[in-house]
Amino acid sequence: MNVDRLKSIGVVVEEVPAGAGNALPVLHEVLHALRRLSEDGDPTIIDLRAIPFGPGDEQALLETLGEGEITATLDSLGRTEIRETRYHGVWVVDYLGPDGERVGLQIEVTEVPGLLRTPAGDIGDAVAALQERLAAAEDTSSQENNR
Amino acid sequence: MTRDLTVGEALRQQGVSRRGFLKFCATTASMMALSPAMVPAVARALEQARRPSVIWLSFQECTGCTESLTRSHAPTIEGLIFDSISLDYHHTLQAASGDAAEKAREQAMHDNHGKYLLVVDGSIPLANPGYSTIAGISNLDMLMETAEGAAAVIAVGTCAAYGGLPQANPNPTGAVSVMDLIKDKPIINVPGCPPIPAVITGVLAHYLTFGTIPELDHLGRPKAYFGTNIHDRCYRRPFYERGEFASTFDDEGARKGWCLYKLGCKGPVTYNACATAKWNGGTSWPVESGHGCIGCSEPAFWDRGGFYQPLSQATMTSGTVLGAAAAAGLAVGVGAALMGRGKHKQAQEEQK
Repeated sequence: MNVDRLKSIGVVVEEVPAGAGNALPVLHEVLHALRRLSEDGDPTIIDLRAIPFGPGDEQALLETLGEGEITATLDSLGRTEIRETRYHGVWVVDYLGPDGERVGLQIEVTEVPGLLRTPAGDIGDAVAALQERLAAAEDTSSQENNR
Repeated sequence: MTRDLTVGEALRQQGVSRRGFLKFCATTASMMALSPAMVPAVARALEQARRPSVIWLSFQECTGCTESLTRSHAPTIEGLIFDSISLDYHHTLQAASGDAAEKAREQAMHDNHGKYLLVVDGSIPLANPGYSTIAGISNLDMLMETAEGAAAVIAVGTCAAYGGLPQANPNPTGAVSVMDLIKDKPIINVPGCPPIPAVITGVLAHYLTFGTIPELDHLGRPKAYFGTNIHDRCYRRPFYERGEFASTFDDEGARKGWCLYKLGCKGPVTYNACATAKWNGGTSWPVESGHGCIGCSEPAFWDRGGFYQPLSQATMTSGTVLGAAAAAGLAVGVGAALMGRGKHKQAQEEQK
């Protein structure tokens, strides 16, 4: 995180004073979304890039959500870290660019975040790839049997 | 990337997986300040989008807008968006120079007549065409000639959008903005001194994705980024509500991160996305660094009185003094904010 990089050069990052900040309102929004997921099955995505956070505010939010049982990484256009928080059904999706800089940060309140689902096109490609592999293996096997 | 490929095809050709494409779409939607629910629509549109030709003209400017865009931070998803356009002319960035550069502009205008995007940074001097020329062509002539075949014009930076610093009193060059001259094309103003890089690329991404210009406010700015004022989205707003202000840059209020209104912050009358998009890769923004907003995305911000004068003392462009009760900063601040909002609402109604 960029603020962490600042700490390495000795800049003191002040925390958001008590009574200010958006961590608490966002947590209420997460609770509301979690209730909707529980009762109606409707997922929610909260784009944290659209929320005005003060210094240390976003960090406080992420620390409150904590880490849960599952962490996954996508390696495409830079890393993307997808982790379930200590609250089941609440996921943090941290989009990083090719040099590790953050290009997006979202909270997904859902059973499975979209990025973890296999795209339909990839499943079709996988069928074709495996078929081709097995056909090649059969060809090799029959050639060996014919010798 | 060749021009015939769609963005989806080009990304796949570069080895980007379908999940990578989804990531690209999610971060692009975020950059365009769209709801995450719009990501599937963005994905469908980007899958089919073809890269537009872009001609970038720089007039009376300091190159800060180009610097903001190209040197913001390491290559990112925003960089990929920028790669998704065909930048056919930009005299600071292109390798060609002289006649070859001008031929590239003419060729792009000819090949893409009616379809290319024209990006302009810098104001245009009218007092004497010789004040600013490129290849012997006055800024005015080059703008009018190039705008003729453009699908839309994006005025990047406060100089192009509203005249900016060159137009500041006494305006020695007779500087005017793009919209003072172009009346028959859609114009998108992306003001700021400089504008936030993600906002510049977000506007380009919107055109690339949907082939249309985004919804604009009464000053021609995309509402997605300029729809709310700095003050309303400022994390220091709660201190303003409580009447807790820093009065000097080193007093207790400053150390405690209180509201910077009394130190001249123009947040209540400035519409921009700094409070959320931030600067330097999302590290911070002026108010978070302890300095008030100077209102750089508003017309004539240079002539609005001192940057360190509270709004209650600063003179507005209309010549109206908001009030002399600087000590009652809270009350006046509310008035200033309401006045800003009132103007905004009135203009929106006039647009309807």
